[in-house]
Amino acid sequence: MTARATRKARPERPAMSEDYNFAYLDEDTKRMIRRALLKGIAIPGYQVPFASREMPMPYGWGTGGVQVTAACLVPEDRLKVIDQGADDTTNAVSIRRFFERTAGVATTTRTREATLIQTRHRIPEEPLREGQILVYQVPIPEPLRFLEPRESETRRMHALEDYGLMHVKLYEDIARHGEIATSYAYPVRVAGRHVMDPSPIPKFDNPKLSGNAAIQLFGAGREQRIYAVPPWTQVVSLDFEDHPFTPSKADAACDLCGAAGSYLDEVITDDAGSRMFVCSDTDYCTTRQAEGHRGRLNREEVA
Amino acid sequence: MSPLLRVESLGKSYGARLGCAEVSFDLWPGEVLGIVGESGSGKSTLLGCLAGHLAADSGRILYRGRDTRAMSEPERRMLARTEWAFVHQNPRDGLRMGVSAGGNVGERLMAVGARNYGQIRAAATDWLGRVEIAATRIDDRPRQFSGGMQQRLQIARNLVTGPRLVFMDEPTGGLDVSVQARLLDLLRGLVRDMGLSVVIVTHDLAVARLLADRLMVMKDGHVIEQGLTDQVLDDPQAAYTQLLVSSVLQV
Ligand SMILES: Nc1ncnc2c1ncn2[C@@H]1O[C@H](COP(=O)(O)OP(=O)(O)OP(=O)(O)O)[C@@H](O)[C@H]1O
Ligand SMILES: [Mg+2]
Repeated sequence: MTARATRKARPERPAMSEDYNFAYLDEDTKRMIRRALLKGIAIPGYQVPFASREMPMPYGWGTGGVQVTAACLVPEDRLKVIDQGADDTTNAVSIRRFFERTAGVATTTRTREATLIQTRHRIPEEPLREGQILVYQVPIPEPLRFLEPRESETRRMHALEDYGLMHVKLYEDIARHGEIATSYAYPVRVAGRHVMDPSPIPKFDNPKLSGNAAIQLFGAGREQRIYAVPPWTQVVSLDFEDHPFTPSKADAACDLCGAAGSYLDEVITDDAGSRMFVCSDTDYCTTRQAEGHRGRLNREEVA
Repeated sequence: MSPLLRVESLGKSYGARLGCAEVSFDLWPGEVLGIVGESGSGKSTLLGCLAGHLAADSGRILYRGRDTRAMSEPERRMLARTEWAFVHQNPRDGLRMGVSAGGNVGERLMAVGARNYGQIRAAATDWLGRVEIAATRIDDRPRQFSGGMQQRLQIARNLVTGPRLVFMDEPTGGLDVSVQARLLDLLRGLVRDMGLSVVIVTHDLAVARLLADRLMVMKDGHVIEQGLTDQVLDDPQAAYTQLLVSSVLQV
């Protein structure tokens, strides 16, 4: 190991950027993660095992995504971090601060200005472009897990393209609820080969996975898996002929910016149960408002 | 006509312990072959090798002329979910306990590419009927079924894709006598109607007599006698078979 690789963070002292290697992880670890990423890019949708490291944050905070981000960052990057579409949640703020401190990279909340976006549970509304990287935080990478708990067996199913079980899950949904009730982490088939869990994004976002110009990388820290969707890859959501996939959302427009085609969060606004719908993608919403778009509850500001 | 399955000098050991050795036989289309013998005689080992669950050490297994031991794993798996079926003694080993009856039956259809929910459901309903499970139970989980129903569900799940060759390991073991009789009746009807070829392992000679056209008697991993079921049971040649038959008749 190099001297640099053995240099450790010293948590008992106030954190200073000189205490860490660039982006916290040592170079050997980053190389190991990059090798896994390259393999993932070469075999779209295939889960590559990697030796996940302890990160100075709990697993639930997306340590897999953080490690992938750390392995991809270069000093010229401009980083955006979102959690459920928002840049200002505790999780997003902490991860952004973490990389500001350990990598000194510039950050932004603007999708179009970012070179690397780490996300939990959403794909930005604004179409991504070539050269951008989208890093997903993944809790459970194995889409077959809920029906087949044995890892040896799910691995063999992937190897042999034995995916009948995935449709059994959808069959069960329809039998029980009259429709495919899966609305998050909706399974997809990547490049006509591997079945993949797209992480808990709403199924509304599934179409954006396909033919996307950006590099999409997925990191699961606790489960130690990395997978990827290269740019312009076909990603198909699984379904039945007589129960086709539908990327649904609330049947409303954003009450702040008026967008009719973006994914909405429902917000309770008072004790009487009044509700409003707002874009879950806060950057998209504020950008639209800045451009003069107005929603139902935002009209007076026009004047 | 050529045999559906031809087995030549098949052998399998577990380290130093013998599983089965020098097993040879032909199975013809539409034929039911019973394998009988005492506990530990190698019946399950043989069946496991035939079905590709266990890797044999030596010999050849020709299915419709093709050596299954030389096949790639994907080829063998494809056979296993289209032309073959395997009924386990314990329904828990052959069913998905967390999946509804309809999903259990539909899985094999979906595994070979069925993508129409309505058609899958119709096929599942039809098959539940054929194994005498009420259509109203289609969305129930196997746990809510009796042992006999679970076994019938396992049979429906296996036969829905219309296999040619069915392996069964003690399919009536662990069931009450009356439940056994009903299941045997059902099996006999399905074998006849579908023209199935079957290799069935049992230590119950009454089951063998009812279902099997031919019998193979195993002892210490070796086949010591084989022939038409009535011949073997009514006029056993090997001393061990005589013992086996007489001890059963005493029951
Ligand atoms: N996984 C295993 N590892 C080691 N030895 C085994 C294994 N499975 C079976 N054997 C041995 O191989 C021999 C044949 O066992 P097998 O299970 O095939 O018998 P069987 O005829 O099916 O018996 P039973 O009627 O009790 O089911 C026995 O001596 C058994 O102990
Ligand atoms: Mg046995």
